Amino acid sequence: MSAHLKQDEPVTSNRLDGMKQGIVGQPLSRVDGLAKVTGTAPYAAEYKIDNVAEGVLVTAPITRGEVTSIDKDSVLSMPGVLAVLDDERLTTRAAQGTANEAPKQDPATVCYWGQPIAVVVAETFEQARDAAKHLKVEYRVHEGAPLDPHQVAPEEQEDETVNQGDLDAAMARAAHTVDVEIATEGHASAAMEPHAAIAEWRDDKLTVYASLQMPNYNIAELADSLGMEESNIRLVSRYVGGGFGSKLGISEETVAAAIAARELGQPVRVVMSRQQVFQCIMRRSETTQKLRLASDEEGKLDGFAHHALVSNLPGEEFAEPVLQSSHFLYGGENRQLKLEVARIHRMTAGSVRAPGEAVGMPALEVAMDMLAEKSGVDPVELRLRNIPDRNPEEDLPFSSHKLADCLRQGAEKFGWDSGPRKPRQQREGEWWIGTGMASAARVHNVGEAKAHVTLKSDGTAVVQSDMTDIGTGTYTIVAQIAGEMLGIPIEKVLVELGDTKHPRGPGSGGSWGAASIGSAVYVACEALREKLAHRAGTSETELDLRDGSVVGGNSLVELLDGEDISEVGHYEPGEIADSHTASGFGAFFAKVRVNRFTGETRVDHMLGAFGFGRVLNEKTARSQCLGGITWSIGVALTEALLFDPVDGHLVNCDLAEYHVPVNRDVQDVDVMMMEERDPVASPIQAKGIGELGMCGGAAAIANAIYNACGARLFQYPMTPDRVLAALPD
Amino acid sequence: MRPFAFQRPDSLAHAHELTVPEDATAVAGGTNLLDLMKLQVETPERLVDINRLGMTEIQETADGGLRIGALATNTATANDDRVRADYPVLARAILAGATQQLRNRATTGGNLCQRTRCYYFTNIDQPCNKREPGSGCGAIDGIAHLHAVLGTSPSCIATYPGDMAVALSALDATVEIASPDSDERSVPVRDFHLLPGDTPCRDNVLERGEIITAVTLPRPVKAKHLYRKVRERSSYAFALVSVAAIVAVEDGVIARADLAFGGLAHKPWHDARLSELLVGEAPSAALFDKAGDLLLEGARGYGENDFKIPLARRTLAAVMAEATETEI
Ligand SMILES: Cc1cc2nc3c(=O)[nH]c(=O)nc-3n(C[C@H](O)[C@H](O)[C@H](O)COP(=O)(O)OP(=O)(O)OC[C@H]3O[C@@H](n4cnc5c(N)ncnc54)[C@H](O)[C@@H]3O)c2cc1C
Ligand code: SF4
Repeated sequence: MSAHLKQDEPVTSNRLDGMKQGIVGQPLSRVDGLAKVTGTAPYAAEYKIDNVAEGVLVTAPITRGEVTSIDKDSVLSMPGVLAVLDDERLTTRAAQGTANEAPKQDPATVCYWGQPIAVVVAETFEQARDAAKHLKVEYRVHEGAPLDPHQVAPEEQEDETVNQGDLDAAMARAAHTVDVEIATEGHASAAMEPHAAIAEWRDDKLTVYASLQMPNYNIAELADSLGMEESNIRLVSRYVGGGFGSKLGISEETVAAAIAARELGQPVRVVMSRQQVFQCIMRRSETTQKLRLASDEEGKLDGFAHHALVSNLPGEEFAEPVLQSSHFLYGGENRQLKLEVARIHRMTAGSVRAPGEAVGMPALEVAMDMLAEKSGVDPVELRLRNIPDRNPEEDLPFSSHKLADCLRQGAEKFGWDSGPRKPRQQREGEWWIGTGMASAARVHNVGEAKAHVTLKSDGTAVVQSDMTDIGTGTYTIVAQIAGEMLGIPIEKVLVELGDTKHPRGPGSGGSWGAASIGSAVYVACEALREKLAHRAGTSETELDLRDGSVVGGNSLVELLDGEDISEVGHYEPGEIADSHTASGFGAFFAKVRVNRFTGETRVDHMLGAFGFGRVLNEKTARSQCLGGITWSIGVALTEALLFDPVDGHLVNCDLAEYHVPVNRDVQDVDVMMMEERDPVASPIQAKGIGELGMCGGAAAIANAIYNACGARLFQYPMTPDRVLAALPD
Repeated sequence: MRPFAFQRPDSLAHAHELTVPEDATAVAGGTNLLDLMKLQVETPERLVDINRLGMTEIQETADGGLRIGALATNTATANDDRVRADYPVLARAILAGATQQLRNRATTGGNLCQRTRCYYFTNIDQPCNKREPGSGCGAIDGIAHLHAVLGTSPSCIATYPGDMAVALSALDATVEIASPDSDERSVPVRDFHLLPGDTPCRDNVLERGEIITAVTLPRPVKAKHLYRKVRERSSYAFALVSVAAIVAVEDGVIARADLAFGGLAHKPWHDARLSELLVGEAPSAALFDKAGDLLLEGARGYGENDFKIPLARRTLAAVMAEATETEI
């Protein structure tokens, strides 16, 4: 049986609030936590499969050109080597998120330094790795591949362009203006688990154990890459050691493992090295952003312009959506927005946590800080004055809007001093101390999702979907929603995820997982409740369930009377998505120290206040916010992909040299979650929360650096060298 | 990683014999060597594990100094009561490096011999004169963010990346080396590492088959010990610039100023002229500035790392100000 909900209308019934157990929202620990900390949760490379051969990808040490020959004999006699494959179906880039089709194949054509061109398979990993390094490959090099985004004529992304009113006139008549260029550097997802896959064939049926965020799309991507039917493929991705966008689409190892296993007639595992993960998965594009703001005497915006230049390889559709929240965050009648892509031969640019706002917001919110300074309006007050009533470009209502509450309550909790602000007012020894703030915004998305929920005659439930839990807590919130709706404790809900033999979930990405899969589970459970109500002789809305029984009536076991009942819940976003602007909002406050001799910055305290719909689990939601704030610190201070100017290769391709923040960089972090119900966002009134925590936080730190020491930086990350260069004497 | 044989000598003599041939490399904690083997930067055919040679003790010497065995772990050294009391600059430098897990494995000898973190050195598909003499230097025209500004050569601009040796240089410690043919030789730490010159493939003075047995610290002096490491995140990052300082002030004038610098050169940088300049003078911003001028007299940046020159000057001033309790 199946139940379907296409959301064309707001869902205001808030059914989850009417349940008797109150499980949803509670700060419950992860149901998969024990398996993870005891090492019994298998990650992609860890499934116990007999007779597995090991594959290692061979990568090209040239920037652009062709493979003219591969001397397979150069390694075939090495110990343990089984095969060298350069099948033309091998993929050379990762698929973009939700691509649903094969990524670029044709391994003989090299488009970036480090691109996979072949796979060597051997009996052991070490043998394969050694052979991969020894394989003799000849190339025809095409010189002069453009590497610098500023040296090519960019392509305009026309669907992002906005020209509304007359910006130049607004700038000319404004009481205060800001006109500034701000740059961000590339970022890596740097997930802990490297990309890995084990492929196993049984006749014409292929099973691949892989580390994937979106099996529901990945299955089509793999089928298309291999030229086979989806129905002959099963993907298993039960635990994923972090994705952050890097595992949205299938990547090179998955296809390579499948092809090699077929060729050799035995299972093959391909695990990328850390260096390969950095060099041939996804980078977040660097950006150069130009912001122009025009306001009246009181800081109210009349003109708003945001232009961004990003880059990608030729042939890639993805362009870092820098302007995503700029379209609606602040008012201003006269608007100009433009996104351009430079085609260069660095590795593929794609989604890295919070694509768009992760870098757009840090730029916009520095510009706003400058406007606050110019207009003499307190930065918090300036944001409050510029919150639009409706989306200023499309004249749409907001589904819900917590920015003002987050700004006010965040400021109060942080102890924000709304007095006049001047840099360099506080010093402790070598350190200047300062504070800064920024708004947070991240568009809300939902995706089509299905989940199969079975209520068994013994009073336990099973929820199944190919949805993944990439470390975010999906197993737990799914158990909470099902348990809540069916009136049973979560210990009695078994959740099975990450396997395409189950109905298609939404996949994890763009912060849409929880609201989407949660809605599918909700829809299925609502239908199950109808059935139970019928058996109990009452209506669904009157049915009160708790601890495995109808309150004051029969137990579920009695009602089911030896029968299992099940439903597939099918949730689809509907028209409502087009008639509203839905976004998570929030505010960041930071207190930093800047060393006046060395330019080192330390973040002493950070507070994030967020409004993102219903909180399904206070603990896992908070963890997402903490993670986001940690990433904000990385964007602000430490993270940058460094590309060689001569051949464009990524030079800092390990975790020692690509600097994600370490424990000591993340001191006192405070998270406030503003409860709200967003009836438009999803039938369970939840919005995306996974990414909001990093959408603007870097600017709070940048603005605090300015407040501390007077160095206004226009380039992230704000490393000691850059701070020193910007210090006024 | 290529196949290799694993050998475990239990005497120094045997260790010498095994490590003299070109195809062998000694391994202690393995925290640097094994990473480089995985990347095929180092490709020994025989790995000679020296962990059965003892050499883990930390003992007082006859003249009141301290002898730290080559296989004492960094954790053991940093936690040693005598090191903490008498040579705090050493404990601080060690604790400023790597992570607890790495320090538990890392040894005195291995730490001294750790190789550069130059990104081109660790990528075998890039040119590097240190790894492959004559192949060129990828860093000079590339990303030279971490690279040296003092004592560079057209062949190589890499830095020695470690922290411990910077403190040892300020302390004027001695490296004790057992050689295959003679018994033992002693080399001041300040002379142990080499400048790149035309032979950047040589990091230090060790000849084939030689094994470091210990590092000896001179008798302790009463002074303030500081180790300041400027880095891009607050832990688990190599120094952009570091300063080890042993400084004493008597009657308003500087009585001792033993300084060494990390992150600036192919070796821990020690310039005896700094001490001559500083000792006998009253501490002041102007004096520290002069010291900065002297330190950086021959400094040259390579674009990406130009910042190290002002950063070294400022860090030197900050450390001297702290050590002498001077407001600048
Ligand atoms: C991620 C990371 C971060 C790090 N951060 C820092 C840091 O911030 N600061 C810092 O100072 N260090 C840092 N390190 C480096 C660390 O300190 C070194 O790896 C460690 O000290 C090496 O010691 P080991 O005993 O493991 O050496 P090994 O890896 O065993 O050996 C290294 C080299 O020394 C030689 N060798 C070892 N012992 C002897 C001996 N007795 N005689 C002759 N030759 C010998 C070996 O042949 C080999 O060539 C970091 C390392 C890593 C991996
Ligand atoms: S700086 Fe030295 S180590 Fe680095 S690439 Fe050049 S030669 Fe090699």
